[in-house]
Amino acid sequence: MTAQSGTAQASENTPQDNVVADLPTEKIAMKGVYKAFGNNHVLQGADLVVPKGKSLVVIGGSGTGKSVMLKCILGLLHPDSGSIKIDGQETADLSTQDRDDLMRKFGMLFQGAALFDSLKIWENVAFGLVQGRGMKKKQAREIAVEKIRAVGLRAEVADLYPAELSGGMQKRVGLARAVAADPEIIFFDEPTTGLDPIMADVINDLIVEQVKGLGATALSITHDMASARKIADHVAMIYEGRIIWHGSVEELDNSGNPYVDQFIHGRADGPITSGQVR
Amino acid sequence: MQAASQTLETKKSGFNPLTPLLDVCTVLGSGILSFLEATGRLAAFTGQAVGHCFAPRFFPAQIARQLIDIGYYSLPVVGMTALFTGMVLALQSYTGFTRFNAESAIAGVVVLSITRELSPVLAGLMVAGRVGAAIAAEIGTMRVTEQIDALRTLSVNPFKYLIAPRVIAGTLMLPILVLTGDIIGVMGGYIVSIYNLGFSPVSYLSQTWDVMQNIDVVSGLAKAGVFGFIVAIMGCYHGFNSKRGAQGVGSATTNAVVSASILILIFNYLLTQIFFS
Repeated sequence: MTAQSGTAQASENTPQDNVVADLPTEKIAMKGVYKAFGNNHVLQGADLVVPKGKSLVVIGGSGTGKSVMLKCILGLLHPDSGSIKIDGQETADLSTQDRDDLMRKFGMLFQGAALFDSLKIWENVAFGLVQGRGMKKKQAREIAVEKIRAVGLRAEVADLYPAELSGGMQKRVGLARAVAADPEIIFFDEPTTGLDPIMADVINDLIVEQVKGLGATALSITHDMASARKIADHVAMIYEGRIIWHGSVEELDNSGNPYVDQFIHGRADGPITSGQVR
Repeated sequence: MQAASQTLETKKSGFNPLTPLLDVCTVLGSGILSFLEATGRLAAFTGQAVGHCFAPRFFPAQIARQLIDIGYYSLPVVGMTALFTGMVLALQSYTGFTRFNAESAIAGVVVLSITRELSPVLAGLMVAGRVGAAIAAEIGTMRVTEQIDALRTLSVNPFKYLIAPRVIAGTLMLPILVLTGDIIGVMGGYIVSIYNLGFSPVSYLSQTWDVMQNIDVVSGLAKAGVFGFIVAIMGCYHGFNSKRGAQGVGSATTNAVVSASILILIFNYLLTQIFFS
Protein backbone atom coordinates (compact mmCIF):
# COMPACT_ATOMS: atom_id res chain seq x y z
CA MET A 1 0.00 0.00 0.00
CA THR A 2 1.41 3.41 -0.86
CA ALA A 3 1.55 6.28 1.56
CA GLN A 4 -0.88 8.23 -0.58
CA SER A 5 -3.60 5.59 -0.56
CA GLY A 6 -3.00 5.00 3.13
CA THR A 7 -3.47 8.67 3.83
CA ALA A 8 -6.64 8.75 1.78
CA GLN A 9 -7.97 5.74 3.63
CA ALA A 10 -6.99 7.30 6.89
CA SER A 11 -8.92 10.45 6.14
CA GLU A 12 -12.02 8.41 5.28
CA ASN A 13 -11.82 6.62 8.60
CA THR A 14 -10.81 9.58 10.67
CA PRO A 15 -13.07 10.84 13.43
CA GLN A 16 -11.13 14.14 13.20
CA ASP A 17 -14.07 16.17 11.89
CA ASN A 18 -16.30 15.04 14.74
CA VAL A 19 -13.63 15.86 17.30
CA VAL A 20 -13.16 19.34 15.86
CA ALA A 21 -16.92 19.96 15.79
CA ASP A 22 -17.32 18.95 19.45
CA LEU A 23 -14.61 21.28 20.71
CA PRO A 24 -15.63 23.74 23.39
CA THR A 25 -13.01 26.37 22.52
CA GLU A 26 -10.06 26.22 20.21
CA LYS A 27 -6.91 27.30 22.05
CA ILE A 28 -4.61 26.43 19.17
CA ALA A 29 -5.91 26.06 15.62
CA MET A 30 -3.54 25.25 12.80
CA LYS A 31 -4.82 24.96 9.22
CA GLY A 32 -3.09 24.01 6.00
CA VAL A 33 0.42 24.74 7.25
CA TYR A 34 3.29 24.14 4.81
CA LYS A 35 6.96 24.38 5.64
CA ALA A 36 9.90 23.34 3.48
CA PHE A 37 13.66 23.55 3.90
CA GLY A 38 14.97 23.70 0.34
CA ASN A 39 13.60 20.61 -1.38
CA ASN A 40 12.71 18.93 1.90
CA HIS A 41 8.96 19.50 2.30
CA VAL A 42 8.51 18.84 6.00
CA LEU A 43 4.98 20.08 6.64
CA GLN A 44 2.54 19.50 3.80
CA GLY A 45 -0.78 20.97 4.84
CA ALA A 46 -0.85 20.11 8.53
CA ASP A 47 -4.18 20.75 10.31
CA LEU A 48 -4.44 20.57 14.07
CA VAL A 49 -6.78 21.83 16.77
CA VAL A 50 -6.08 21.81 20.50
CA PRO A 51 -9.16 22.45 22.68
CA LYS A 52 -8.80 24.76 25.65
CA GLY A 53 -7.73 22.97 28.84
CA LYS A 54 -7.02 19.69 27.06
CA SER A 55 -3.81 17.80 26.51
CA LEU A 56 -3.08 16.80 22.93
CA VAL A 57 -0.19 14.52 22.10
CA VAL A 58 1.13 14.33 18.56
CA ILE A 59 2.78 11.01 17.81
CA GLY A 60 4.90 10.16 14.81
CA GLY A 61 8.26 8.77 13.77
CA SER A 62 11.50 10.68 13.59
CA GLY A 63 11.62 13.19 10.75
CA THR A 64 7.87 13.28 10.14
CA GLY A 65 7.60 16.98 11.01
CA LYS A 66 6.68 16.90 14.72
CA SER A 67 9.35 19.31 15.94
CA VAL A 68 8.93 21.64 12.96
CA MET A 69 5.18 21.79 13.62
CA LEU A 70 5.79 22.68 17.27
CA LYS A 71 8.34 25.35 16.34
CA CYS A 72 5.93 26.84 13.80
CA ILE A 73 3.23 27.17 16.48
CA LEU A 74 5.74 28.70 18.89
CA GLY A 75 6.90 31.17 16.24
CA LEU A 76 10.48 29.88 16.28
CA LEU A 77 10.01 28.98 12.59
CA HIS A 78 7.83 30.84 10.08
CA PRO A 79 5.54 28.59 8.04
CA ASP A 80 5.64 29.03 4.26
CA SER A 81 1.85 29.19 4.12
CA GLY A 82 -1.21 28.34 6.19
CA SER A 83 -2.85 29.72 9.30
CA ILE A 84 -1.91 29.32 12.96
CA LYS A 85 -4.29 30.86 15.48
CA ILE A 86 -3.78 31.13 19.24
CA ASP A 87 -6.99 32.07 21.09
CA GLY A 88 -8.48 32.94 17.70
CA GLN A 89 -5.66 35.42 16.94
CA GLU A 90 -3.69 34.84 13.74
CA THR A 91 0.02 34.61 14.61
CA ALA A 92 1.68 34.45 11.20
CA ASP A 93 2.38 38.18 10.80
CA LEU A 94 2.85 39.34 14.38
CA SER A 95 5.36 42.10 15.11
CA THR A 96 8.36 41.25 17.32
CA GLN A 97 6.75 42.98 20.30
CA ASP A 98 3.39 41.24 19.82
CA ARG A 99 5.21 37.92 19.45
CA ASP A 100 7.08 38.53 22.72
CA ASP A 101 3.76 39.34 24.40
CA LEU A 102 2.17 36.20 22.97
CA MET A 103 5.09 34.15 24.30
CA ARG A 104 3.98 35.05 27.82
CA LYS A 105 1.11 32.63 27.37
CA PHE A 106 3.54 29.80 26.61
CA GLY A 107 5.77 27.52 28.57
CA MET A 108 7.99 24.94 26.94
CA LEU A 109 9.88 21.89 28.08
CA PHE A 110 12.65 21.20 25.58
CA GLN A 111 13.88 17.75 24.62
CA GLY A 112 17.32 18.34 26.13
CA ALA A 113 15.89 20.62 28.86
CA ALA A 114 17.85 23.56 27.26
CA LEU A 115 18.83 24.99 30.64
CA PHE A 116 21.12 28.04 30.58
CA ASP A 117 24.38 26.50 31.74
CA SER A 118 25.88 29.80 32.92
CA LEU A 119 23.02 30.34 35.40
CA LYS A 120 22.16 28.61 38.65
CA ILE A 121 19.11 26.35 38.79
CA TRP A 122 16.90 28.90 40.55
CA GLU A 123 17.99 31.59 38.06
CA ASN A 124 17.00 29.24 35.25
CA VAL A 125 13.57 28.63 36.74
CA ALA A 126 13.07 32.33 37.53
CA PHE A 127 14.48 33.51 34.18
CA GLY A 128 11.13 34.18 32.53
CA LEU A 129 9.87 35.98 35.64
CA VAL A 130 12.94 38.21 36.10
CA GLN A 131 14.10 38.85 32.54
CA GLY A 132 10.83 38.36 30.68
CA ARG A 133 8.46 40.06 33.15
CA GLY A 134 10.72 42.30 35.24
CA MET A 135 9.93 40.66 38.60
CA LYS A 136 12.20 41.45 41.58
CA LYS A 137 14.87 38.77 42.07
CA LYS A 138 13.95 38.04 45.69
CA GLN A 139 10.31 37.36 44.89
CA ALA A 140 11.24 35.38 41.76
CA ARG A 141 13.61 33.22 43.79
CA GLU A 142 10.84 32.31 46.22
CA ILE A 143 8.58 31.27 43.36
CA ALA A 144 11.45 29.37 41.73
CA VAL A 145 12.24 27.40 44.90
CA GLU A 146 8.55 26.58 45.31
CA LYS A 147 8.41 25.30 41.70
CA ILE A 148 11.64 23.33 42.22
CA ARG A 149 9.99 21.62 45.21
CA ALA A 150 6.82 21.04 43.20
CA VAL A 151 8.75 18.94 40.66
CA GLY A 152 10.17 16.78 43.44
CA LEU A 153 13.62 18.32 43.90
CA ARG A 154 15.17 19.49 47.15
CA ALA A 155 15.42 23.25 47.73
CA GLU A 156 19.24 22.97 47.97
CA VAL A 157 19.34 22.14 44.26
CA ALA A 158 18.41 25.78 43.61
CA ASP A 159 21.99 26.96 44.05
CA LEU A 160 23.63 24.33 41.83
CA TYR A 161 24.44 24.69 38.15
CA PRO A 162 22.75 22.57 35.41
CA ALA A 163 25.96 20.61 34.70
CA GLU A 164 25.86 19.30 38.29
CA LEU A 165 22.47 17.58 37.76
CA SER A 166 21.54 14.25 36.14
CA GLY A 167 19.47 14.15 32.93
CA GLY A 168 16.28 13.34 34.86
CA MET A 169 16.85 16.19 37.31
CA GLN A 170 17.54 18.58 34.44
CA LYS A 171 14.21 17.56 32.88
CA ARG A 172 12.46 18.32 36.17
CA VAL A 173 14.12 21.74 36.30
CA GLY A 174 13.09 22.28 32.66
CA LEU A 175 9.52 21.47 33.68
CA ALA A 176 9.73 23.83 36.67
CA ARG A 177 10.96 26.58 34.33
CA ALA A 178 8.19 25.87 31.83
CA VAL A 179 5.47 26.24 34.48
CA ALA A 180 7.12 28.98 36.58
CA ALA A 181 5.11 31.83 35.05
CA ASP A 182 1.81 29.88 35.18
CA PRO A 183 1.43 29.70 31.39
CA GLU A 184 -1.87 29.09 29.60
CA ILE A 185 -0.29 26.76 27.05
CA ILE A 186 2.56 24.34 27.71
CA PHE A 187 4.54 22.56 25.00
CA PHE A 188 6.43 19.36 25.66
CA ASP A 189 9.05 18.28 23.13
CA GLU A 190 9.77 14.56 23.62
CA PRO A 191 9.58 14.89 27.41
CA THR A 192 10.75 11.35 28.18
CA THR A 193 13.48 10.88 25.56
CA GLY A 194 16.77 9.79 27.08
CA LEU A 195 15.30 8.87 30.47
CA ASP A 196 15.04 5.45 32.10
CA PRO A 197 11.48 4.03 32.22
CA ILE A 198 10.96 4.86 35.89
CA MET A 199 12.19 8.43 35.56
CA ALA A 200 10.10 8.76 32.38
CA ASP A 201 7.01 7.77 34.34
CA VAL A 202 7.89 10.23 37.10
CA ILE A 203 8.16 13.01 34.50
CA ASN A 204 4.84 11.92 32.96
CA ASP A 205 3.16 12.10 36.37
CA LEU A 206 4.64 15.53 37.00
CA ILE A 207 3.46 16.75 33.61
CA VAL A 208 -0.10 15.57 34.28
CA GLU A 209 -0.01 17.07 37.78
CA GLN A 210 1.33 20.45 36.61
CA VAL A 211 -0.94 20.73 33.57
CA LYS A 212 -4.06 19.82 35.54
CA GLY A 213 -2.98 22.02 38.43
CA LEU A 214 -2.64 25.05 36.18
CA GLY A 215 -5.69 24.19 34.08
CA ALA A 216 -3.39 24.75 31.12
CA THR A 217 -3.68 23.55 27.55
CA ALA A 218 -0.88 21.16 26.64
CA LEU A 219 0.59 20.16 23.30
CA SER A 220 3.22 17.43 23.37
CA ILE A 221 5.15 15.61 20.70
CA THR A 222 6.57 12.19 21.39
CA HIS A 223 7.20 8.76 19.98
CA ASP A 224 7.01 7.18 23.43
CA MET A 225 3.57 5.50 23.52
CA ALA A 226 3.60 4.95 27.30
CA SER A 227 4.10 8.67 27.74
CA ALA A 228 1.44 9.52 25.15
CA ARG A 229 -1.18 7.29 26.84
CA LYS A 230 -0.43 8.82 30.22
CA ILE A 231 -0.45 12.52 29.41
CA ALA A 232 -2.93 12.72 26.52
CA ASP A 233 -6.64 13.56 26.40
CA HIS A 234 -6.46 13.53 22.60
CA VAL A 235 -3.91 11.98 20.27
CA ALA A 236 -3.02 12.97 16.72
CA MET A 237 -0.66 11.13 14.42
CA ILE A 238 1.57 12.99 11.98
CA TYR A 239 2.97 11.28 8.92
CA GLU A 240 4.75 12.86 5.96
CA GLY A 241 3.93 16.34 7.17
CA ARG A 242 0.17 15.82 7.58
CA ILE A 243 -2.06 14.86 10.48
CA ILE A 244 -3.42 11.51 9.31
CA TRP A 245 -5.43 10.58 12.40
CA HIS A 246 -6.90 12.46 15.33
CA GLY A 247 -8.99 11.03 18.16
CA SER A 248 -9.34 10.63 21.89
CA VAL A 249 -6.79 8.52 23.75
CA GLU A 250 -9.46 5.84 24.32
CA GLU A 251 -9.93 5.50 20.55
CA LEU A 252 -6.23 4.98 19.95
CA ASP A 253 -6.35 1.16 20.09
CA ASN A 254 -9.35 0.98 17.76
CA SER A 255 -8.39 3.69 15.33
CA GLY A 256 -8.89 1.48 12.28
CA ASN A 257 -5.92 3.29 10.77
CA PRO A 258 -3.12 0.96 9.64
CA TYR A 259 -0.48 3.66 10.15
CA VAL A 260 -1.57 4.30 13.73
CA ASP A 261 -1.82 0.57 14.44
CA GLN A 262 1.67 -0.06 13.15
CA PHE A 263 3.11 2.86 15.09
CA ILE A 264 1.49 2.18 18.46
CA HIS A 265 2.46 -1.48 18.33
CA GLY A 266 5.95 -0.69 17.09
CA ARG A 267 5.84 -3.13 14.18
CA ALA A 268 8.48 -3.14 11.47
CA ASP A 269 5.92 -4.45 8.94
CA GLY A 270 3.17 -2.19 7.72
CA PRO A 271 2.47 0.83 5.57
CA ILE A 272 5.26 2.81 7.26
CA THR A 273 8.61 1.49 6.08
CA SER A 274 11.97 2.56 7.40
CA GLY A 275 12.75 4.05 3.97
CA GLN A 276 9.73 6.31 4.24
CA VAL A 277 10.73 7.65 7.62
CA ARG A 278 12.98 10.52 6.70
CA MET B 1 9.18 24.58 -30.89
CA GLN B 2 12.13 25.03 -33.19
CA ALA B 3 14.49 25.56 -30.28
CA ALA B 4 13.11 22.46 -28.58
CA SER B 5 13.65 20.31 -31.65
CA GLN B 6 17.18 21.71 -31.99
CA THR B 7 17.92 20.77 -28.39
CA LEU B 8 16.52 17.32 -29.08
CA GLU B 9 18.77 16.96 -32.11
CA THR B 10 21.75 18.08 -30.10
CA LYS B 11 20.91 15.52 -27.45
CA LYS B 12 20.71 12.85 -30.09
CA SER B 13 24.07 13.81 -31.58
CA GLY B 14 25.49 13.67 -27.99
CA PHE B 15 27.50 16.90 -28.09
CA ASN B 16 26.50 20.49 -27.46
CA PRO B 17 29.32 22.96 -28.06
CA LEU B 18 27.73 25.30 -25.52
CA THR B 19 27.76 22.73 -22.70
CA PRO B 20 31.27 23.47 -21.31
CA LEU B 21 30.55 27.20 -21.43
CA LEU B 22 27.22 26.70 -19.67
CA ASP B 23 28.91 24.57 -17.03
CA VAL B 24 31.42 27.34 -16.30
CA CYS B 25 28.59 29.89 -16.14
CA THR B 26 26.63 27.63 -13.78
CA VAL B 27 29.57 27.24 -11.41
CA LEU B 28 30.41 30.97 -11.51
CA GLY B 29 26.78 31.99 -11.19
CA SER B 30 26.03 29.74 -8.23
CA GLY B 31 29.23 30.93 -6.53
CA ILE B 32 28.26 34.58 -7.02
CA LEU B 33 24.70 33.93 -5.92
CA SER B 34 25.74 32.19 -2.72
CA PHE B 35 28.25 34.98 -1.99
CA LEU B 36 25.54 37.62 -2.46
CA GLU B 37 23.12 35.58 -0.35
CA ALA B 38 25.65 35.30 2.49
CA THR B 39 26.47 39.03 2.26
CA GLY B 40 22.79 39.93 2.34
CA ARG B 41 22.17 37.66 5.31
CA LEU B 42 25.14 39.16 7.20
CA ALA B 43 23.97 42.71 6.37
CA ALA B 44 20.45 41.95 7.59
CA PHE B 45 21.85 40.40 10.79
CA THR B 46 24.13 43.41 11.35
CA GLY B 47 21.25 45.85 10.81
CA GLN B 48 19.08 43.96 13.26
CA ALA B 49 21.90 43.77 15.83
CA VAL B 50 22.63 47.52 15.61
CA GLY B 51 18.92 48.32 15.90
CA HIS B 52 18.69 46.30 19.10
CA CYS B 53 21.78 48.08 20.52
CA PHE B 54 19.84 51.36 20.53
CA ALA B 55 16.26 50.26 21.16
CA PRO B 56 15.12 49.30 24.66
CA ARG B 57 14.90 46.98 26.42
CA PHE B 58 18.52 46.84 27.66
CA PHE B 59 20.15 44.23 29.87
CA PRO B 60 22.71 46.21 31.95
CA ALA B 61 23.98 43.15 33.82
CA GLN B 62 24.74 41.38 30.54
CA ILE B 63 26.45 44.49 29.11
CA ALA B 64 28.58 44.82 32.27
CA ARG B 65 29.55 41.13 32.09
CA GLN B 66 30.61 41.49 28.47
CA LEU B 67 32.55 44.71 29.16
CA ILE B 68 34.60 42.76 31.69
CA ASP B 69 34.91 39.59 29.55
CA ILE B 70 35.86 41.40 26.36
CA GLY B 71 37.74 44.35 27.86
CA TYR B 72 39.34 43.53 31.16
CA TYR B 73 40.26 39.91 30.43
CA SER B 74 41.81 40.86 27.07
CA LEU B 75 44.21 43.32 28.72
CA PRO B 76 47.08 40.83 29.32
CA VAL B 77 47.00 39.58 25.70
CA VAL B 78 46.82 43.07 24.19
CA GLY B 79 49.39 44.44 26.65
CA MET B 80 51.94 41.70 25.92
CA THR B 81 51.42 42.07 22.17
CA ALA B 82 51.92 45.84 22.33
CA LEU B 83 54.94 45.62 24.63
CA PHE B 84 56.92 43.20 22.48
CA THR B 85 55.86 44.85 19.24
CA GLY B 86 57.16 48.21 20.51
CA MET B 87 60.43 46.59 21.61
CA VAL B 88 60.99 44.79 18.30
CA LEU B 89 60.07 47.93 16.39
CA ALA B 90 62.78 49.94 18.19
CA LEU B 91 65.37 47.22 17.53
CA GLN B 92 64.51 46.83 13.84
CA SER B 93 64.29 50.57 13.25
CA TYR B 94 67.68 51.01 14.84
CA THR B 95 69.20 48.38 12.53
CA GLY B 96 67.79 50.14 9.49
CA PHE B 97 68.24 53.76 10.52
CA THR B 98 71.87 53.52 11.62
CA ARG B 99 72.69 52.87 7.96
CA PHE B 100 71.44 56.37 7.16
CA ASN B 101 72.60 58.00 10.40
CA ALA B 102 68.95 58.64 11.22
CA GLU B 103 68.78 57.10 14.72
CA SER B 104 66.95 60.16 16.00
CA ALA B 105 63.91 59.17 13.94
CA ILE B 106 63.41 55.94 15.92
CA ALA B 107 61.15 57.48 18.58
CA GLY B 108 58.92 58.95 15.87
CA VAL B 109 58.74 55.71 13.90
CA VAL B 110 57.82 53.76 17.00
CA VAL B 111 55.05 56.10 18.14
CA LEU B 112 53.53 56.55 14.67
CA SER B 113 53.63 52.85 13.83
CA ILE B 114 52.18 51.86 17.17
CA THR B 115 49.35 54.39 17.39
CA ARG B 116 48.31 54.43 13.75
CA GLU B 117 48.67 50.80 12.73
CA LEU B 118 50.21 48.18 14.94
CA SER B 119 48.31 48.68 18.16
CA PRO B 120 44.81 48.74 16.59
CA VAL B 121 45.46 45.98 14.04
CA LEU B 122 47.34 43.61 16.33
CA ALA B 123 44.91 44.21 19.21
CA GLY B 124 42.03 43.64 16.78
CA LEU B 125 43.53 40.36 15.55
CA MET B 126 44.36 39.16 19.07
CA VAL B 127 40.86 40.00 20.31
CA ALA B 128 39.37 38.31 17.21
CA GLY B 129 41.23 35.14 18.27
CA ARG B 130 40.35 35.39 21.94
CA VAL B 131 36.93 36.99 22.04
CA GLY B 132 35.52 36.28 18.57
CA ALA B 133 36.13 32.56 19.02
CA ALA B 134 34.64 32.56 22.53
CA ILE B 135 31.52 34.42 21.39
CA ALA B 136 30.97 32.08 18.42
CA ALA B 137 31.51 28.96 20.56
CA GLU B 138 29.22 30.13 23.38
CA ILE B 139 26.36 31.32 21.16
CA GLY B 140 26.83 28.34 18.81
CA THR B 141 26.52 25.93 21.73
CA MET B 142 23.43 27.79 22.93
CA ARG B 143 21.97 27.43 19.44
CA VAL B 144 22.56 23.68 19.14
CA THR B 145 21.31 22.96 22.68
CA GLU B 146 18.13 24.99 21.99
CA GLN B 147 19.00 27.58 24.65
CA ILE B 148 18.34 30.37 22.12
CA ASP B 149 14.88 28.92 21.40
CA ALA B 150 14.37 28.69 25.17
CA LEU B 151 15.12 32.42 25.49
CA ARG B 152 12.38 33.18 22.98
CA THR B 153 9.86 31.00 24.79
CA LEU B 154 10.66 32.93 27.99
CA SER B 155 9.75 36.24 26.26
CA VAL B 156 13.39 37.37 26.02
CA ASN B 157 14.64 38.48 22.63
CA PRO B 158 18.03 36.81 21.99
CA PHE B 159 19.20 39.83 19.98
CA LYS B 160 18.72 42.05 23.02
CA TYR B 161 20.00 39.56 25.61
CA LEU B 162 22.91 37.93 23.75
CA ILE B 163 23.91 39.93 20.67
CA ALA B 164 23.49 43.61 21.65
CA PRO B 165 25.56 43.40 24.89
CA ARG B 166 28.46 41.77 23.02
CA VAL B 167 28.36 44.27 20.16
CA ILE B 168 28.20 47.23 22.57
CA ALA B 169 31.04 45.83 24.70
CA GLY B 170 33.23 45.00 21.67
CA THR B 171 32.80 48.46 20.14
CA LEU B 172 33.45 50.30 23.41
CA MET B 173 36.24 48.19 24.86
CA LEU B 174 38.60 47.77 21.92
CA PRO B 175 39.43 51.52 21.76
CA ILE B 176 40.23 51.44 25.49
CA LEU B 177 42.40 48.35 24.98
CA VAL B 178 44.14 50.02 22.05
CA LEU B 179 44.78 53.20 24.03
CA THR B 180 46.37 51.05 26.72
CA GLY B 181 48.28 49.20 24.01
CA ASP B 182 49.53 52.53 22.59
CA ILE B 183 51.02 53.50 25.94
CA ILE B 184 52.54 50.05 26.57
CA GLY B 185 53.88 49.83 23.00
CA VAL B 186 55.62 53.20 23.20
CA MET B 187 56.95 52.15 26.58
CA GLY B 188 58.37 48.97 24.98
CA GLY B 189 60.21 51.07 22.41
CA TYR B 190 61.42 53.37 25.17
CA ILE B 191 62.77 50.49 27.26
CA VAL B 192 64.79 49.02 24.38
CA SER B 193 66.01 52.42 23.19
CA ILE B 194 67.15 53.53 26.64
CA TYR B 195 68.46 50.32 28.18
CA ASN B 196 69.64 48.47 25.09
CA LEU B 197 70.52 51.10 22.49
CA GLY B 198 71.77 53.80 24.86
CA PHE B 199 69.42 56.66 23.95
CA SER B 200 68.86 59.58 26.30
CA PRO B 201 65.47 59.24 28.08
CA VAL B 202 64.69 62.96 27.84
CA SER B 203 65.42 63.31 24.15
CA TYR B 204 63.57 60.06 23.33
CA LEU B 205 60.43 61.24 25.11
CA SER B 206 60.60 64.75 23.69
CA GLN B 207 61.00 63.32 20.17
CA THR B 208 58.02 61.09 20.81
CA TRP B 209 55.88 64.09 21.88
CA ASP B 210 57.10 66.25 18.98
CA VAL B 211 56.23 63.69 16.33
CA MET B 212 52.91 62.48 17.69
CA GLN B 213 49.75 64.34 16.69
CA ASN B 214 46.18 63.92 17.89
CA ILE B 215 45.05 62.40 14.60
CA ASP B 216 47.56 59.56 15.00
CA VAL B 217 45.94 58.42 18.23
CA VAL B 218 42.37 59.30 17.28
CA SER B 219 42.55 57.45 13.96
CA GLY B 220 43.88 54.39 15.77
CA LEU B 221 41.06 54.52 18.31
CA ALA B 222 38.43 54.97 15.59
CA LYS B 223 39.85 51.93 13.83
CA ALA B 224 39.72 50.04 17.10
CA GLY B 225 36.01 50.83 17.51
CA VAL B 226 35.31 49.45 14.03
CA PHE B 227 37.47 46.36 14.67
CA GLY B 228 35.73 45.69 17.98
CA PHE B 229 32.37 45.91 16.24
CA ILE B 230 33.56 43.52 13.50
CA VAL B 231 34.88 40.97 16.00
CA ALA B 232 31.64 40.96 18.01
CA ILE B 233 29.35 40.86 14.97
CA MET B 234 31.26 38.04 13.26
CA GLY B 235 31.36 35.99 16.49
CA CYS B 236 27.63 36.50 17.07
CA TYR B 237 26.65 35.92 13.43
CA HIS B 238 28.54 32.65 13.02
CA GLY B 239 27.49 31.41 16.48
CA PHE B 240 23.85 32.33 15.93
CA ASN B 241 23.76 30.51 12.59
CA SER B 242 25.78 27.54 13.79
CA LYS B 243 24.85 24.17 12.33
CA ARG B 244 23.99 21.22 14.55
CA GLY B 245 26.58 19.22 16.45
CA ALA B 246 30.14 19.67 17.60
CA GLN B 247 31.33 20.06 14.01
CA GLY B 248 28.85 22.91 13.47
CA VAL B 249 30.12 24.81 16.50
CA GLY B 250 33.73 24.12 15.46
CA SER B 251 33.16 25.55 11.98
CA ALA B 252 31.30 28.54 13.44
CA THR B 253 34.29 29.32 15.67
CA THR B 254 36.81 29.00 12.85
CA ASN B 255 34.70 31.08 10.48
CA ALA B 256 34.21 33.78 13.11
CA VAL B 257 37.96 34.20 13.66
CA VAL B 258 38.96 33.96 9.99
CA SER B 259 36.26 36.30 8.70
CA ALA B 260 36.85 38.84 11.49
CA SER B 261 40.62 38.81 10.85
CA ILE B 262 40.22 39.34 7.11
CA LEU B 263 37.61 42.07 7.57
CA ILE B 264 39.91 43.82 10.07
CA LEU B 265 42.71 43.91 7.49
CA ILE B 266 40.36 45.13 4.73
CA PHE B 267 38.78 47.82 6.92
CA ASN B 268 42.22 48.85 8.17
CA TYR B 269 43.17 49.74 4.60
CA LEU B 270 39.86 51.51 3.92
CA LEU B 271 40.00 53.55 7.14
CA THR B 272 43.65 54.49 6.59
CA GLN B 273 42.67 55.67 3.10
CA ILE B 274 39.83 57.76 4.57
CA PHE B 275 41.91 59.29 7.39
CA PHE B 276 45.17 60.04 5.61
CA SER B 277 44.51 60.39 1.89
